Amino acid sequence: MGFKKPWGAVGAQDELFQLTMRALLLLAALVAVAAGTETFVGHQVLRIIPGNDKELQKVQELQDLEELQLDFWLAPRGLGYPVDVRVPFPSLQPLKAHLEANGISYSIMIEDVQALVDHEQMEMFRSSRSRLPLSTSTFDYSSYHSLDEIYAFMDLLVAENPNLVSKLEIGHTTENRPIYVLKFSKGGTNRPAIWIDTGIHSREWVTQASGVWFAKKIVQDHENDSELASILDKMDIFLEIVTNPDGFAFTQTKNRMWRKTRSKQSGSVCVGVDPNRNWDAGFGGSGASKNPCSDTYHGPYANSEPEVKAIVDFVTNHGNIKAFISIHSYSQLLLYPYGYTTTPVPDQEELHEISEKAVAALSSLYGTKYKYGSIITTIYQASGGTIDWTYNQGIKYSFTFELRDTGRYGFLLPASQIVPTAQETWLALKVIMVHTRDHPY
Amino acid sequence: DIGDVGLKYHLELVLEDILDNDSTVNCSAEVLYHPGNKNLPPDVQLTIDGELKNTDEADNIFYNRIKSLEKELVAENIPDSHGNMSPEMEPIHLLAWAASGYVIWQNSTENTNFQLAQIKHVKQVKREDEYLEFDYMILLHEMVSQEIIPWQMTVLWHPQHGVQVTQ
Repeated sequence: MGFKKPWGAVGAQDELFQLTMRALLLLAALVAVAAGTETFVGHQVLRIIPGNDKELQKVQELQDLEELQLDFWLAPRGLGYPVDVRVPFPSLQPLKAHLEANGISYSIMIEDVQALVDHEQMEMFRSSRSRLPLSTSTFDYSSYHSLDEIYAFMDLLVAENPNLVSKLEIGHTTENRPIYVLKFSKGGTNRPAIWIDTGIHSREWVTQASGVWFAKKIVQDHENDSELASILDKMDIFLEIVTNPDGFAFTQTKNRMWRKTRSKQSGSVCVGVDPNRNWDAGFGGSGASKNPCSDTYHGPYANSEPEVKAIVDFVTNHGNIKAFISIHSYSQLLLYPYGYTTTPVPDQEELHEISEKAVAALSSLYGTKYKYGSIITTIYQASGGTIDWTYNQGIKYSFTFELRDTGRYGFLLPASQIVPTAQETWLALKVIMVHTRDHPY
Repeated sequence: DIGDVGLKYHLELVLEDILDNDSTVNCSAEVLYHPGNKNLPPDVQLTIDGELKNTDEADNIFYNRIKSLEKELVAENIPDSHGNMSPEMEPIHLLAWAASGYVIWQNSTENTNFQLAQIKHVKQVKREDEYLEFDYMILLHEMVSQEIIPWQMTVLWHPQHGVQVTQ
């Protein structure tokens, strides 16, 4: 815990502090070069909450002291907002002394970052000792998988069903990962199509997991389920399972609660853009943040994120998408546009009716309760959102799901709920797909 | 709307026992948000129409288990990334849930919607008296801003005296 010391000759102490820092850092740099690795042994994460302007200024100044190699997990935002900073071991004592000398209290959030990292690595190793899947029949749908495992699953599904499934690469991410979409088609050329995406927000793990299940379900049922068979007779289905691969990888290795993309933002230590605020529909308006450190940061301009641009280009070039469903978690909601304005969409009544039917179908399986309505009236104002853009492009049947649960586990939904969630959601998706099939436009 | 004083809401709600879906209790509440002054938590008056289930037995089992530990309890990531939580950690999680309710109340405005996202770290603190004390580092998820907010809270608990949160 932090404590306050009376401060005296602050000026002299600052100089001494700087000098000590440079000496220690030189030493640390030499050691690191010798070892050839970076570890977080002895690193601590401190929390500082600036209580007045002077403290805030002092804390902001810390960001400029590059030689301290401070890593701000939460950058200074304003009075009363917590500032979290990872402090390398050599910088610890001098930094703490500096804070105390300036009467700035702090608390130690993580006593040893390496210990936490080691623990996580161990957990991941334990769970990933399952090697890559060998077939989609032995794939475990009731557990969460890594990006590599999901990409391997996709290839297996295509290999096992070459007449129905193909894999398209629609772009690549900031960190150069390929972005894949599965296409389910019984033939024809540029048939009217249904688009489903999962995992646009990387921490919403039940969605990517459900996407994997949907892919398998389509393959399993495409002949014996009359509804699905008749849908595929007339339409294609596009399924993007990992819509934000960089974010997803980050949730597996560094921060389970990561939501955004992983693009660098000029002029900020913060990373990433909220891909569901980056679309060209009311872009930059109320319902998104201008602050790069925010989880709803809209980005420097619409479609700045390659993950978003890839879909925009695909939809535009395809030209025949008739239903667009973007899947999130959590809250148990079925939503239609708009999020950026209270003006109702012209097709409000029809979309509302479809939602009512879809939600009833979903509930029929396990009794899971959903609410439905437009984004802005049901959840909150959100600008630059996916389905606002797709609707404005003329894709009438644009919907967003928020899957289980309502907060008990939130993003950390137990794996045992993956399959039930996917099963019930599939019933709702079929309602939307059937309606789209029966109401060509 | 009561003018300068703030906005008052009247709520009819149903409490459901998360450990037993069939056990419900009707409640009504009056919530008064104070505008402008962001440091004042909303006033809440709650009326429970009926009785909450008696949990003495489970409370005492948990209390005695912790009291008889040789080393102070330490744990992380409850639930873990995959939503798993060991049975021994359930009461620790429930305690955090109750305590975070207090923290959430103290920090709520009409434009926030908090949930407890995860316990990052919990450490039992040895005490001379009868209370159990835990130092929690939790993550709160704020729905409107979508931010994940780390929060440190110190929680005291005793089967007969209930939960107390000292931030």
